[in-house]
Amino acid sequence: MGKTLFDKVWDSHVVIDDESKNAGDANGPSLIYVDRHLVHEVTSPQAFASLKQTGRQVRHPELTIATTDHNVSTENRTLPIVDSVSKMQLETLARNCREFGITIYDINSPEQGIVHVIGPELGFTLPGTTIVCGDSHTSTHGAFGALAFGIGTSEVEHVLATQCIWMYKPKSFLINIEGNPRKNHAITSKDIILKIIRKIGTDGGTGTVIEYRGDMISRLSMEQRMTICNMSIEGGARAGLIAPDETTFNYLKGRRYAPKESELERLVEFWRANLKSDANAKFDRVETINVTDLAPQVTWGTNPSMVADITDSIPSPEEFAQGDENKMKLAVRALEYMNLEPGTPLTDLHVDRVFIGSCTNSRLEDLIEASLVVKGRKVSAEVRAMVVPGSQKVKSDAEKLGLDTVFKDSGFEWRESGCSMCLGMNPDILLPGERCASTSNRNFEGRQGAGGRTHLVSPIMAAACAIEGHFVDVRDWL
Amino acid sequence: MIPLDMTNVDTDQIIPKQFLKLIEKSGYGGFLFYDRRFDHDGKPKNDFILNDPKFEQRQILLTRDNFGCGSSREHAVWALFDYGIRVVIASSFADIFYNNCFKRGLLPIYLSQNDIEFLFSVVNNSDMSAEISLQKQIISIAGKKINFNIDSTRKKMLLEGIDEIGYTLGFEEQILNYEKSSKTADYNKYLV
Repeated sequence: MGKTLFDKVWDSHVVIDDESKNAGDANGPSLIYVDRHLVHEVTSPQAFASLKQTGRQVRHPELTIATTDHNVSTENRTLPIVDSVSKMQLETLARNCREFGITIYDINSPEQGIVHVIGPELGFTLPGTTIVCGDSHTSTHGAFGALAFGIGTSEVEHVLATQCIWMYKPKSFLINIEGNPRKNHAITSKDIILKIIRKIGTDGGTGTVIEYRGDMISRLSMEQRMTICNMSIEGGARAGLIAPDETTFNYLKGRRYAPKESELERLVEFWRANLKSDANAKFDRVETINVTDLAPQVTWGTNPSMVADITDSIPSPEEFAQGDENKMKLAVRALEYMNLEPGTPLTDLHVDRVFIGSCTNSRLEDLIEASLVVKGRKVSAEVRAMVVPGSQKVKSDAEKLGLDTVFKDSGFEWRESGCSMCLGMNPDILLPGERCASTSNRNFEGRQGAGGRTHLVSPIMAAACAIEGHFVDVRDWL
Repeated sequence: MIPLDMTNVDTDQIIPKQFLKLIEKSGYGGFLFYDRRFDHDGKPKNDFILNDPKFEQRQILLTRDNFGCGSSREHAVWALFDYGIRVVIASSFADIFYNNCFKRGLLPIYLSQNDIEFLFSVVNNSDMSAEISLQKQIISIAGKKINFNIDSTRKKMLLEGIDEIGYTLGFEEQILNYEKSSKTADYNKYLV
């Protein structure tokens, strides 16, 4: 029988195969080798502390890179950090990296940025590798055909010490994307992944690795593919994968950590031949989604499966629940928290804040697209809008194109890079009751600040919303 | 047993981000479900189950589908453990949370929808306590015994409190052999 892309990457990283397979136990763990490890300040201090306590070393410091992203201020970096607890976490990471010989892109580095933005940017993310990070959005790197997944702090410590991880092999899940959206410049990969999560639910992918496939996927740029794989975790999946192709290989050229010249050519040949699912590969589950008539997607509730078309109204709990009592309770609570009435057209929803940023949508293309929407227009007087580039490199590249001027002229704040208001660990938070159009990945209660109300959208939808002060169908603008 | 009648409880609810700035593994119990338990002025909200005096000091949390979804923060497990929870029973768990539980000695038990409904009906109508044997994989409550599944490796890990890193380092030879034969070793030279 043929193998899936996931099987191939998995098989080539097995150090010790699941011993229980032969012993009649349903599924036991295998020891998997980790090629690449990314570290940030929030989920690593306890791992390093425990290494020190037990007197253990980092097995391969060169296979790990670190950055500070969750906690960092996105305002003027020459100012001192006001929050002493955040400061302590940033300093702790810097000290740990120094002591264990790990490269760190800290707050003063021109390459600092969100861990899932700088990994690909530096060419650290490569096809066919295994990549882990103490962060659930590690699934982002699957866009390169890497098996990439989030882990907990204890596992971070395990990977630092052993360069391996015990893992129960997930099941395989193929999602076929059919069709091409009409007005395709107004329909983004964010809309596609929101539509997918709307269909499969927040736990539809639990216990699986999703492979995304289809003509539409092949036509996407690397940055757009990353947006899709990034939100695989929002559908419950352990990881998302897209088979690498010429788009992927071209992206790697000239990046710092990527193989160079003849070596890259040799590897590309190997990747081209091997990193795809066999035609007769069997997936544990298959779903097909047609995107021909896809409209811009907007979340209305408090989890990323609570999604509607921009042309829709807020659904009633009954419409959402379809007879499921638990979903009914969830929807009632969500509508109360979001302060929404069923039947209200989405385009009637006014927002207080707009956030363009996060590991989902803060890359150069996201900012270029959003800038085309805001150019020559003014942010609504009712709205406070900000752009937070994913990395210092994205920021400087955008500034070379003059995007900072476009955004600032229209009334956006132009910030330094970091996770920022995606999770509000730094001062960028929503106030209680504020409503926000956000390009991030989670609309959970309190995610962007206690009492804050988040609606997830694409960068161009967020940009148009900032101008009008309420949600609009961006297809009418482009 | 504390009946937390909710689906899709994400780790942002279990431990909100403002408490992720500590650099220790303990001290999170007071922050468990913080935004659910306390209002903006820090006063307890009476309508949240953990604030019901009846459920103080309970060690088992009963809940529903997809518990622990979202962020990978192991702090969610630390907070539950520090608060005093030792077992979480749900109809399903998110993958990363489920893995994290075993690292701190928290037992996650998944049961069928029917068993979950039965437990909710027992707990909602009486103040009965449950006894859980990990060894026998049995929950005993209201004269009924419910079997649960757990794979043998994880069970052993909880029962014996194995040092996982020490265990893995015992496979040094296999890891070295893998490193010698791995293709990726070719391009790791660009990392320095």
